[in-house]
Amino acid sequence: MALTQDVHLDIRGLGKSFGATRALDDVSVEVRSGSVHGFVGENGAGKSTLGKIVAGVFPPDQGQLVLRGTPVSFRSPRAALERGIALVAQEVALVPQLTVAQNVFLGVEPQRGGFIDRGRLLEQTEQLALEAGFDLHPNALVGRLSIAEQQQVEILRALGRDAELIVLDEPSAALSAKEVERLHEIVRGLARRGHTVILVSHFLNEVLELADTVTVLRDGKVVQTNPAASETETSLIAAMLGRAAGRAYPEKQPPPADASVVLSVSDVRAPGVRGVSLNVRAGEIVGLAGLVGAGRTELARAIYGAAPAASAGMAAGAHPLPGSPSGSLKAGVAMIPESRKDDGLLLQRPVRENVSLTTLPLLGRLGFVRRGAEREQVGVALDRVSGTQRLDAPAAALSGGNQQKLMFARALLAQPSVLIADEPTRGVDVGAKRDLYQLLVEIAARGVGILLISNEIEEILGLAHRVVVMRLGRVTAELEGPEMTEENILAAAFGTAPANAA
Amino acid sequence: MTADPRVPMLPPRLMTLARRVLVIRQTGILIPFLFTFVALSIISPSFFRFQNLTNILDQQAGIIIVASAGTLVLIAGGIDLSIGAIYGLAGAVSAQVATSVSSPVGILAGLGLGLLVGLINGLIVTRFRVNALIGTLAMSFVVSGFGAVLTKGNLVVAFDHPDFQQFAATRIFGITSAAWMMAIIAISVGILLSRSTFGRYVYATGGNSEAARLGGVRVNSIRVATFALSGVAAAMAGVLDASRVLSAQASSGSFLTFTVLTGIIVGGTSIMGGEGSIRRTVIGCLFVALVANGFNLLGLDPFYQQITLGVILLLAVGIDAWSRRFS
Repeated sequence: MALTQDVHLDIRGLGKSFGATRALDDVSVEVRSGSVHGFVGENGAGKSTLGKIVAGVFPPDQGQLVLRGTPVSFRSPRAALERGIALVAQEVALVPQLTVAQNVFLGVEPQRGGFIDRGRLLEQTEQLALEAGFDLHPNALVGRLSIAEQQQVEILRALGRDAELIVLDEPSAALSAKEVERLHEIVRGLARRGHTVILVSHFLNEVLELADTVTVLRDGKVVQTNPAASETETSLIAAMLGRAAGRAYPEKQPPPADASVVLSVSDVRAPGVRGVSLNVRAGEIVGLAGLVGAGRTELARAIYGAAPAASAGMAAGAHPLPGSPSGSLKAGVAMIPESRKDDGLLLQRPVRENVSLTTLPLLGRLGFVRRGAEREQVGVALDRVSGTQRLDAPAAALSGGNQQKLMFARALLAQPSVLIADEPTRGVDVGAKRDLYQLLVEIAARGVGILLISNEIEEILGLAHRVVVMRLGRVTAELEGPEMTEENILAAAFGTAPANAA
Repeated sequence: MTADPRVPMLPPRLMTLARRVLVIRQTGILIPFLFTFVALSIISPSFFRFQNLTNILDQQAGIIIVASAGTLVLIAGGIDLSIGAIYGLAGAVSAQVATSVSSPVGILAGLGLGLLVGLINGLIVTRFRVNALIGTLAMSFVVSGFGAVLTKGNLVVAFDHPDFQQFAATRIFGITSAAWMMAIIAISVGILLSRSTFGRYVYATGGNSEAARLGGVRVNSIRVATFALSGVAAAMAGVLDASRVLSAQASSGSFLTFTVLTGIIVGGTSIMGGEGSIRRTVIGCLFVALVANGFNLLGLDPFYQQITLGVILLLAVGIDAWSRRFS
């Protein structure tokens, strides 16, 4: 706990935009020396962006960082590190082919006569690990370590460079319960030895347990900064959601009782997926919930044929799924992938070509694109999703929301009977989110079965008729009606489910 | 383009900026090309002559044919370093078969060989997941080796078969059949790229192959097809040049690979894939040819020509990298 009250890092009026998205807006926070300062907020609230600016990953558009009274501006993570600020990111950034010791001192190896002093390298790594209480062998290959251990290597790397302020960005997202416990001890240990820790997390209990002070962000703005002791999960959620209801979800329209099954998969096995069976009926929205790493995206990709998988049968209605994206599309299954930039968009190509990509053969004659028909169809599809009509603008020029609507338009143009939507509202602003919710409900109302993956439980509860919860590659619960509560979903996701496991 | 009433206009200021950026990127090499053309016309009396200009076209026929197909390979995210080897082997084989069987069979044999090597390239890159740069480099050694073995390293001559020469050197309206074929092929490939579903898939594959695959595009088939076309085009160039001079040397293609890549890239097709056009490639190749022709006509030291080309290539790639940062 904070013994000294002096300010380690004064964040003054930070602002940052990515394209049309305002990630941070006039954010001012004081981080006291030796404290654990938690930042919470919904996905897209700006907490990770803030952590990255503090650690020099990118510069702010506006505002100033003041480090122990001195204004600083970092041009790179390395510059931040020289001033004692280290980032342990969501995705670990280590060289898997090197050993623990080599990674810890990468770029700052102890040297003797121009050569690396291997003896001292091992010694210093062991010393660091001992002080931090980590059970890591300095000569172990990092690629063979678990994610939790790799995280520890990252922390050692920060300590090895005398970092005084460590930014932990969603450190427990990919860890097992036991590893999380261990991580919490580590964070407490860091604070005890006088380090300042910025903890970015969407696990509220974790933040409440570890942090001295909690700042709540919403839509890039600071809502409040209070001592953790005066907060509860409920008070934090209320602050995160803002005035009253937060987001309005469209009214649910349950599918008719006799709706046919449009997607059924049985015993799907793939890396990260260990025997999952589920089905989706026409007009039904099935929410797929679980922690990051539970295998939901892997399942979606396996069903769609984006990744190799084995199963005891996958079918869309009467059409068996052949295990390739082109085959799935023919069978009536469309997917909106998790990362639209990596797996969805042709960023340099015009909106028109992006939307028509999967249906091009239907818009062509003798192998040539009928451009009039293409324009018309694409225009109609974009109209249906209330997307941009700038058909000739490159996809890169659109806002996140419009890019996502483009992905919806592409999927709809294929006239699917099943739509797999993997994090469809990721990285879009609140207004566009509302449009997308409306759209999902409309699509389902037209008889399409939707498998909706989301990290936001609120979103799943607000949209789904039925929830399937996954944990460690398996289905741990199937919830319907009054059973669909945040508590039940979380319990199943964390593996503490009571009797209602499917 | 924006005549469609559904398309709302951008704010005027943004529109101008967008247009300006677009114009710079699209015209690219066109302005330096025109500048060089006009400058040479003024400086050198022998430049702007029908004879000289048609000569340039005739000489560039092979290069532009290969570069047109090579543009597809680059846009699809690949690269083909075996075109020079295919060019040499196909030329030698076609001349050989033309003398021993007949000219049409010789031409078909050369083209068929190019198709075969192109398909193998495609399979190496897709099925066996070998990096295109390395895979086609290795194939270039294999193909050149075959050429050397088949011809025992000798010049293959077909001087006694003047009918073979008709393939490349028949003049129609004073322009050689080679140049006509170049025009037809470049325009066809250009239409294929800009108007056909295949062309769309080529852009999609190179722009974001995972997105294309998830969008139902058979990206591997698209890649194989681009390499196959590249192989046929390289063979076509080899056959044309063998036909023009009624002789061929299997090892003659080493210069071609880099001339072609220079033309494509100077034209403004990105080495990173996903972007480019045939029109740019044609202008790029002609620009490189003009520079060479200018050095010739002005009697400048050919070493400076190499330096100039190197600088132009660096500039072209640099501008591409720079413009990507802002797109």
